[in-house]
Amino acid sequence: MAVDKNMHILIVDDYKTMLRIIRNLLRQLGFVNIEEATDGSMALQMLRGGNFGLVISDWNMEPMTGLQLLREVRADPKLKSTPFIMVTAESKSENVIAAKEAGVSNYIVKPFNAETLQAKMVSVLGEF
Amino acid sequence: MPATVDRDLTLHLETLRKEQGDLVRVEDVGDVVRSLLMSLSGEISAADLKLYQEVEALAAYIQRAKAEIAQLRPQDIQAHYIASATDELDAIIGATEAATNGILDAAEKLEELATDLPAAQRQALTEATTTIYEACNFQDITGQRISKVVRALKHIEDRIEGLVAAFGPEFKSASHSDQSPSAEQPAATDDDLLNGPQLPDKAHDQAAIDALFNNS
Repeated sequence: MAVDKNMHILIVDDYKTMLRIIRNLLRQLGFVNIEEATDGSMALQMLRGGNFGLVISDWNMEPMTGLQLLREVRADPKLKSTPFIMVTAESKSENVIAAKEAGVSNYIVKPFNAETLQAKMVSVLGEF
Repeated sequence: MPATVDRDLTLHLETLRKEQGDLVRVEDVGDVVRSLLMSLSGEISAADLKLYQEVEALAAYIQRAKAEIAQLRPQDIQAHYIASATDELDAIIGATEAATNGILDAAEKLEELATDLPAAQRQALTEATTTIYEACNFQDITGQRISKVVRALKHIEDRIEGLVAAFGPEFKSASHSDQSPSAEQPAATDDDLLNGPQLPDKAHDQAAIDALFNNS
């Protein structure tokens, strides 16, 4: 099934410039409904009040980290199947393992390029 | 050790604890050792004497070490150098963030303009702006690295604060006494004028420079 490019995507990062970069890259890939949160707790609130087809989240944020957000999403019956990509500078193997154990859909290490973002989105959502 | 010595020592230690809590200054350790030595009476064996000499030498060593550390002026390191380094690093984060946003503004503008171009040119411009967006990743990474350095500096600052607290308030006065306003300052050299960029809140803007230049 083709990916709906009108689906809502939530990007979560405490760096405003990074939100802007990801938003622009997603827009270039044809996605238009992009919303932003600056930490995990804000994102969780938005996820519970909306209908998102994908979460792209940073890890290192306060007060709620990306990993905590992921665990909350996976523990929520309404949200648990939402695709979740972690985009982070945390590149130690234990980080990747912890994210996988928490149910992350894919993992991108910063700095990343548009090609990597697109490839990981395809692996999670299917071709678009 | 005679019972009177035990009692005197215990009293001395209790007094110290009442006055200063569990944090004892180094010179007070010296006092305790001195009073212990002075209160000794009766026969002292050669081994005892050797031990007391070692303890006294240890107290003297601690005093010397303390004097040497005071010479390093840890208060100044904490108050001036570390605080200044932290401010400079914060300024780097602010400046790179502002520059990145300026670059992103320009790239977004280019994308808008590209919509009016033929397909091939539009595609070329889109690819170029993608590269710009990718390159702007650096700001997030450098920001996080600098934040790690700031946290390390904060840790060092806390350790110095602990050192100063443990060694007593005269550290502070010793540190400041060399900088009294009446102290004669040497004339500034050319090297003293090499301070690098000023922090944004302390820097003169061009208008202030013009005013200074025109009025001097």
